Amino acid sequence: MLELKNYRTQVHNDWCPGCGDFGILSAVQMALFELKLEPHNVAIFSGIGCSGKTPHFVNTYGFHTLHGRSLPIATGAKLANTDLTVVAVGGDGDGFGIGAGHFVGTGRRNVDFTYVVFDNGVYGLTKGQASPTLPKGLKTKSMSFPSIVEGINPLATAISAGYTFVARSYALDVRHLKEILKAAILHKGSALVDVLQTCPTYNDINTKEWYSGSDLPSKAPRLYKIEDTGFDGTVKNPSDATEVNQKKSQAITRSFEWGDKIPIGIFYRNTEPTFEDMIANRMPSYKQVPLVKQDLYNRDVTPLFEELS
Amino acid sequence: MTNTVAFGASMALIDYDFDHVAEAIEQGFTGRKAALGDLNVKAAKHGYEYVKNNFKDGFAYKLHPITLDTKRMIIRGVQAVGIAKFRAGCAFQTYYPITPATDESEYLEHHEKDFNMVVVQAEDEISAVLMATGAAHIGVRASTSTSGPGFCLMAEGMGWASHTEAPGPVIVLWQRAGPSTGLPTRTEQGDLQFVLRSGHGDVPRMVIAPGDVQECFYDTFDSFNYAERFQMPVVLLADKFLASSYRTMPIFMSRDLKIDRGQIATESSLGAEGLFKRYAFTPTGVSPRSTPGTRGGIFHTTGDEHDEFGHITENSENRIKMMQKRMNKLNLASELIPDAKKTNFFGPQKADLTIVGWGSTKGAILDGMQDLEADGIRCNFLQVRYMSPFPVEAVTKYVSNATKTVLVENNYSGQLGDLIREKTGIAMDYRVLKYNGRPFSQNEIFEGIKEAIKNGTKEVVMAHA
Repeated sequence: MLELKNYRTQVHNDWCPGCGDFGILSAVQMALFELKLEPHNVAIFSGIGCSGKTPHFVNTYGFHTLHGRSLPIATGAKLANTDLTVVAVGGDGDGFGIGAGHFVGTGRRNVDFTYVVFDNGVYGLTKGQASPTLPKGLKTKSMSFPSIVEGINPLATAISAGYTFVARSYALDVRHLKEILKAAILHKGSALVDVLQTCPTYNDINTKEWYSGSDLPSKAPRLYKIEDTGFDGTVKNPSDATEVNQKKSQAITRSFEWGDKIPIGIFYRNTEPTFEDMIANRMPSYKQVPLVKQDLYNRDVTPLFEELS
Repeated sequence: MTNTVAFGASMALIDYDFDHVAEAIEQGFTGRKAALGDLNVKAAKHGYEYVKNNFKDGFAYKLHPITLDTKRMIIRGVQAVGIAKFRAGCAFQTYYPITPATDESEYLEHHEKDFNMVVVQAEDEISAVLMATGAAHIGVRASTSTSGPGFCLMAEGMGWASHTEAPGPVIVLWQRAGPSTGLPTRTEQGDLQFVLRSGHGDVPRMVIAPGDVQECFYDTFDSFNYAERFQMPVVLLADKFLASSYRTMPIFMSRDLKIDRGQIATESSLGAEGLFKRYAFTPTGVSPRSTPGTRGGIFHTTGDEHDEFGHITENSENRIKMMQKRMNKLNLASELIPDAKKTNFFGPQKADLTIVGWGSTKGAILDGMQDLEADGIRCNFLQVRYMSPFPVEAVTKYVSNATKTVLVENNYSGQLGDLIREKTGIAMDYRVLKYNGRPFSQNEIFEGIKEAIKNGTKEVVMAHA
């Protein structure tokens, strides 16, 4: 009988007190537990940064990879064993800065896995430099002057690149994040979950208080659930190009909503053939038995020689 | 059509069978141009008959079919490597398009469904090497292929593969003339020192350099065994010349090749939910590996320095032991692989000079040696095949027994010569080098070496285009 504690390791956690990462870690562990995924059938991949240590705290197969490179390694792993549940995690610098090329390439492929971005607007582990999602003109605590480059919009980029599940959640709303993660893991295809995450040490702008709206005259929380406004990001008929375009467009439009009101939830979801489906189209055995379980070690290559003679 | 008449005439001079001439011409005219084939065959026939009737016995060289005792094939390096990958059980190949490596991946793509291999075109070479490394960690045999510019991007990933002791990938590097974009469609042996040192820190990796199409096949097969036995990336260092030169040779022996997957911890050998030491200290440095999906085999890994469980630690004692563990696997490989595989030696034990070379110059050197012999220069040839682990003893023995040494390399700086000096302390007496992007010819081996030893020219640069 699996318990939540089966998804935890005993490794010492050195994240700062109050870090939003703790909320994401808990949500990941809870999502895996509630989906009853056995730890040995799950592999978690991370890049470099504070978030990079996440796999060490989760009792599944864990790969702490290179800066910006979790997605290619996770892709190779998933394609080698399609029975595994694969989750990649990383910061916004990791995913949208140094790993931007892989982020786009991954969306185009639509491999069946989940990518969770710890999005806090700063490079925390190197002490607070501006990261790719920090809006232009803002200056966080340890920066010498305000950022002079545009911040990237992860959701709009993901939709353009081809991710078939695109959502946003909040690190300090573990219940919401857990449900989004479960939906993302169950989704067939590449899922991006952009998690707004507080960095109490270096991001003194987008703080817990800021998200709670305590600076606003209304004192109303900035974050609201997108579906509460009647928004539905799920494509009903994937073969209807008009509907697909309309769903993508509305999701991109809403993803730019930022400031006093910030939507969270599922922005876009579509069922399209995965990369694995496309491989299986030309090689049916691929879907029947994962590569790692196939006996490929007694191949007769004589026909290949014959072909050349 | 003048050229076709001349072609027919030439074939008559060497007494070549006209049926083959006609067949070759017809193959050149297909589709919309098919009708022109007949016309050209007739033109060739006119040239052919004119010479036959008017120049009887006018030419000393004849080209007649020879009877073959064994079945032969026409094969290129990219095909030999590709077939070896299938034979070795490689399940996963990645690549980013680059000359001259792409031909290999396209060959694999063409046959993938017959062998259940997945070939993935990645967004760049960083991704290519890492996808393959991810797949190797999961437990399939994985590889990637590239050329110099792509290998530059793979340096980071190879470091991670080595540090996390991934059982692969096999990286095939088809060298072309560098630096930078260089001469992208031409050959060179300019990446030897780079592949030995790519990546920061001390990165154990194996580097094997086949000298001909046949060695491409067997070395590729061995590379997959080594990657899994020693849990490190293996670079197969070939070049443009090997990639695209056609060779006629007997079909390779492939049935009796033995797959060795190294030490794998299976479910039955593991506790139910216990912690698994993926990086357990062992006398050899090799730790049994589990593959994700195996109950009881859960491990963590990281490019940070790590403990036996794969968790981050900066502990001093652990760091020293882990460095020694990883590096020791190269010593292990060196001990287990026989010297006969690491070097080839051709010719008499005692000779006037010893030619030293590696890789695709092999064929030209073996041919050139005959010319040197005919000219009264007795020579032998040391071909170095394993660059890492380097066969220090064997090379020292051959080189220190030499009367004179002549290094032959298809690069500017004599990179193997530098490596030999680094590992053995012995410098080459003469160097015959070529770096205009063209391979050595038989003539150049003869002329270059003769120039070196007759006139005492320490460095001879060949320039045939």
